[in-house]
Amino acid sequence: MSFTSILIFFIAGAGLVFAALLINGWVAPHRPNPIKNSTYECGEEPVGTPWIRFNTRFYVIALIFLVFDVEVLFLFPWAVNLKEMGMFAWYEMAIFVVILAVGLAYVWGKGDLEWVRPRGSSAGRISADRINAKLDRVTKN
Amino acid sequence: MTFSTAMTSLILKSSFAIGVVTFVSLFVLLAIWLERKVAGHMQDRLGPMETGGWHGWSQTIADAIKLLIKEDIIPDAADKPLFKLAPYIVFAGTMASFAVIPFAAMLIGADLNIGVYYLVAVSSLVVIGILMAGWSSNNKWALYGSMRSAAQMVSYEIPIGLSLLVPIMLAGSLSMGDLVGLQEGGMHHWTIFSHLPFALIAFVIYFWASLAETNRTPFDLPEAESELVAGYHVEYSGMRFAMFFLAEYCNMFVVAAVATALFLGGWYAPIPFLDGPDVGANSSMLTQILSNGIGFFWFTFKATMLVLVQMWLRWTLPRLRVDQLMHICWKVFLPFSFVNVLLVSLWIALRK
Repeated sequence: MSFTSILIFFIAGAGLVFAALLINGWVAPHRPNPIKNSTYECGEEPVGTPWIRFNTRFYVIALIFLVFDVEVLFLFPWAVNLKEMGMFAWYEMAIFVVILAVGLAYVWGKGDLEWVRPRGSSAGRISADRINAKLDRVTKN
Repeated sequence: MTFSTAMTSLILKSSFAIGVVTFVSLFVLLAIWLERKVAGHMQDRLGPMETGGWHGWSQTIADAIKLLIKEDIIPDAADKPLFKLAPYIVFAGTMASFAVIPFAAMLIGADLNIGVYYLVAVSSLVVIGILMAGWSSNNKWALYGSMRSAAQMVSYEIPIGLSLLVPIMLAGSLSMGDLVGLQEGGMHHWTIFSHLPFALIAFVIYFWASLAETNRTPFDLPEAESELVAGYHVEYSGMRFAMFFLAEYCNMFVVAAVATALFLGGWYAPIPFLDGPDVGANSSMLTQILSNGIGFFWFTFKATMLVLVQMWLRWTLPRLRVDQLMHICWKVFLPFSFVNVLLVSLWIALRK
């Protein structure tokens, strides 16, 4: 029943945007021209499309986020019942959290939490070396 | 339930929602004016002084009218359906989180038994709207801004979730009403002070992470003017832009209100003497209105004070770099909040 209220809040929020845009469309001028409607890039002609493949760091962050967010998801019901369940629940969750903490330590050590990865960081260099070796073999043959 | 009682409750709920929307809009008008005055005085200037007479009080109203009569430009290159949908999602998502904010004992839109959970879930909706805005603008600035914003907001959601666990564990409930109800009876019963130092650490982590969640300085990289022009809303103009702006200030109030409800005693006064009269089952209408009015005053007072601290920080601290931002989230806040949660839970479990 209380979810009716939430629906009403959603509708009220969307309704305010709708009303504001309606008034805006009614009172504001509407005189488009090609220059005005071009993409804004500080007066420069945009070069290329911005819809490009994006840096994989965002992908890694999203993956790590997913793991830890699901963990927090599991912690919520546990937190509510902790008072009644006592030490047993604590041991259980401590094991769970420690496993994930090891995961965090792994990601940390691997350097995936580093936004700016140093050039030739160990992981990157190894794979680059491998690729170079492979390329050498291919070109020799 | 008969049809007429259902209609009555629907009308009551709708009028409450409209009341909250009105209150929020007025609050945003005040907050923007306040922000400019705070900024002015912190930089040793006056801020707006002319509009409306007394200390430029109607500057924001003038700005709102200006935005209302501005042309609504949609770039030719934009993905139009997504471009138009984005402000709706951002603003409706923000408004939806107001449904569980406990303004006073009886002034809660919906006192869900999963209130905090719902709040965390709904605040993630904003990220989708921002990504949508950035992507559909077909603009490099906007895309960079929105990608940064998404990475930052999802990263900081984890410390936020973990620090919110502390009051939840102490109360053993996810309902906003219950969480505030336990803090009755003066300042030393507020979660932040009653369980030192854990709750204080959780509060500090929550407050810092919430700054990142609302894209405020020192975490306002998504809209770093000096490098990204304006971030995800660079292509938006007129009222569509105003909606993003409005949502940002609403979000400031939401995070401050959550901090108030969970850590700072919600609608209770610092000294029990200043609380409204007790409300029982057979209290008169007047007592109820008085009690809730005083509760509402204390709640908004505390939340506004926290908003003021957010502004203070904005004009004091420089902006962080992206790598520093990620460093603080994953290597400082996350381990600290994990250890904090484990210690609090151990303490609670042992005390049983």
